Amino acid sequence: MELLNKKRGFLFGNEAIVRGALESGIGFASAYPGTPASEIGDTFAKISKTEKIYFEYSTNEKVALEAAAGAAFSNVKALVSFKHYGLNVALDSLLPIVYLECPLVVAVADDPSCFSSVQTEQDSRWFSKLGHIPTLEPSDSQETKDMTKFAFQLAYKYKIPVIVRLTTRVCYSKSLVNFNKTIKGKTKGKFKKSWFKLGSYQTVERHKKLLKKINKIKQLAENSTLNFIEKGKGNIGIITTGPAYNYVKETEQELKIKLPLLKIGFSYPFPEKKVKTFLKNLKLKSVIVVEELDPVIENEVKKLADKNIKIYGKNLFPETEELKPEYVLASISTILKKSLPDELVENIKKFKSSEIPARLPLFCAGCPHRSTFYAIKKVLGKKKIFGGDIGCYMLGAFPPYEMYDFVVSMGASIGVSHGIAKSSNEKPVIFIGDSTFFHAGIPALLNLVYNKSNALVVILDNRLTAMTGQQPHPGTGWTGTGELTKIIAIENIAKACKVNFVKISNVWNFNQLCKDVKEAYNSKGVSVLIAKGECRLFAVKQLAKAGRDWPRFEIIKQNPKLNELAGFQCPAIKKEKGKWIIDKNLCWGCTICKQLFPDYIKVKKK
Amino acid sequence: MKKETKMKPFNLIVTGYGGQGILTLADIIAKAALKQRYDVKEAELHGLAQRSGSLECHIRFGKSIYSPLVTRGRADLIIALDASEALRACYWANKKTKVLTNSKIFRSSSKLKQVLSKIKKFTKNLHLVDADSIVKKETKDITMVNMFMLGYAIKKRLLPLKKKLVWQAIEERINKKFLKENKKIFEKAFKSR
Ligand SMILES: Cc1ncc(C[n+]2csc(CCOP(=O)(O)OP(=O)(O)O)c2C)c(N)n1
Repeated sequence: MELLNKKRGFLFGNEAIVRGALESGIGFASAYPGTPASEIGDTFAKISKTEKIYFEYSTNEKVALEAAAGAAFSNVKALVSFKHYGLNVALDSLLPIVYLECPLVVAVADDPSCFSSVQTEQDSRWFSKLGHIPTLEPSDSQETKDMTKFAFQLAYKYKIPVIVRLTTRVCYSKSLVNFNKTIKGKTKGKFKKSWFKLGSYQTVERHKKLLKKINKIKQLAENSTLNFIEKGKGNIGIITTGPAYNYVKETEQELKIKLPLLKIGFSYPFPEKKVKTFLKNLKLKSVIVVEELDPVIENEVKKLADKNIKIYGKNLFPETEELKPEYVLASISTILKKSLPDELVENIKKFKSSEIPARLPLFCAGCPHRSTFYAIKKVLGKKKIFGGDIGCYMLGAFPPYEMYDFVVSMGASIGVSHGIAKSSNEKPVIFIGDSTFFHAGIPALLNLVYNKSNALVVILDNRLTAMTGQQPHPGTGWTGTGELTKIIAIENIAKACKVNFVKISNVWNFNQLCKDVKEAYNSKGVSVLIAKGECRLFAVKQLAKAGRDWPRFEIIKQNPKLNELAGFQCPAIKKEKGKWIIDKNLCWGCTICKQLFPDYIKVKKK
Repeated sequence: MKKETKMKPFNLIVTGYGGQGILTLADIIAKAALKQRYDVKEAELHGLAQRSGSLECHIRFGKSIYSPLVTRGRADLIIALDASEALRACYWANKKTKVLTNSKIFRSSSKLKQVLSKIKKFTKNLHLVDADSIVKKETKDITMVNMFMLGYAIKKRLLPLKKKLVWQAIEERINKKFLKENKKIFEKAFKSR
């Protein structure tokens, strides 16, 4: 593995975090998957055995953070990672943990442009202010590794959680990282007793202490080499952070200029003096603040700058979507009154993205979710209220299924549907995945039953956290490091929650699945239907690894009835020159199409 | 490490849809560029896009590279495993951009002819290969189209990387079990016209 090389490696930001942790003597890592941060956990999962550190996928981010805090309280070096929404979930515990002198590193990844996110396009840097949490913002893999190490140092010196805030482009860009020695971390420490005092007075005291601590850390940020000035010509300066820095540097190369520049890598507590010095000593007339998403740094700079200095920021750059090199090039060129490269101007004239149809993702060939959605569409139609949740089954929101009336956040399919059921005469149909159910579905299910609701909860149990890279969860029977563990059965949870109707339905038996959907929907009150069938992508990968094959299907006779296959939408099935065909290279042998059209579809003979 | 000097960054887009081995292809190219002592950055995306959605990777190499993303209109080469994705990648194309595309169009209402004529509005420097058919003849399996396209790009000198180094990168990246087949396909590209 690149990451365990001696001298250097070509790493993603997500891998560089892990390398930084190994060079800091980490002993405990926890995570709940979420793209763009998923591979931080996945990488720990791969190396934890050989590097002798503890790693777990926890049931959700709040639990993951609490576990890492417990390790840190026991004097074991700990890091927790998740995507931005994970920080929302964990926040309730993170804020008090900041009061409790807990040396912890929190890696969180934002997703400007929402490449792998559907809920919000949030800027997590606001939480640093809210919670008084020192924050570092790397712009590439080398910085990610270096800043992770610095985060551990800072966390230990000041006994405080430190956030390493990534964005998609940092997570998923690879570049060369120079390594230092890894340090064997201890995995067992000692929890120090008798320091904790409970009481509101104590909490206020801790708040005071925290603010003092932050003041000290502010001095550190002022002098930190992570906030550095690059000298340049002229009286127009740049203040930038994160991946935006790279686009500014490209712009400089392109325009053959060198502007005075302040790069902020240590962004909370904000290095006010450094900014003031930058503005004054370089006698700047105007400053361009280049940052992604919200004007977090811009607002700080505006507070500090003299009135006669002109500040550009979100009046030049979008507040939504990730920055792109061309945006930065265009804006800086405009301010400097330089012309844009011809190629860019020409492309802007010619290229209209609206003329190129988007290629939406599809359920994989053989995906168990397709069978479930097709059955529900067939039995219940599209008119019911469909409470949607998050996972691969979200693809049921796109044509030809279009069976999603809303998505809010993990578990909210059940929570929101309950309110709808109570406030209307509808019986909502809820789609929630197995991992999502364990993550945040259980309290909401309890609420349905406890408050006498009326809803059908379909738990799409594909035996994995599929969307984020097929990680395990409490229902799978194995841990993040591949050890066997107890299987926690969803049906037992539902029964313990006193759901009236609980049934497991095998999604590979289509007719029975349809009957079960009907029965579950018609049952009074709350019903839970567990649509069970393993992620086919995972199954096929396992088969291929073992050198085994799977059956393929073929269409043996054409018939107008087969046009229904358009509403089934399997990537392996298509109509070519008026004929339906199954591409044997794409067929993963799930059998559902044959069950739908037994007279026209058969197993292909080898 | 000594870095190669005197070279403008080479800007490459590798594109296709999820499941075509785009990420593997991009990784191999980036590693080969590293072996050739360039500064290299590569950007890609993970997640749901991998489920048959559009997938594009940026690879930039040269003396000193900051941005992992290619600037709009500044690609030197676009390698597309699907022609409609080649058109989408014309966001990065200019008159001189070389576009190497597979003639395949998957799940799209547009016809190859239309797509190609649209690409030609951006650049005349178009290289079209029916990689799917060629690979199918060799192995009955189309998951190695990426290897053919890579071989083809080197043979036609569209991609300024040394064959030997690219092959080293392939050997390091591909599972030993499938290496022989991959080599066959990679080499096939050098025998084609
Ligand atoms: C709080 C939060 N954490 C993580 C994610 C990322 N994420 C989206 S769906 C999902 C789980 C998907 O697993 P499952 O419910 O089993 O559905 P599948 O993809 O397997 O169909 C995760 C982790 C998120 N959206 N919100």
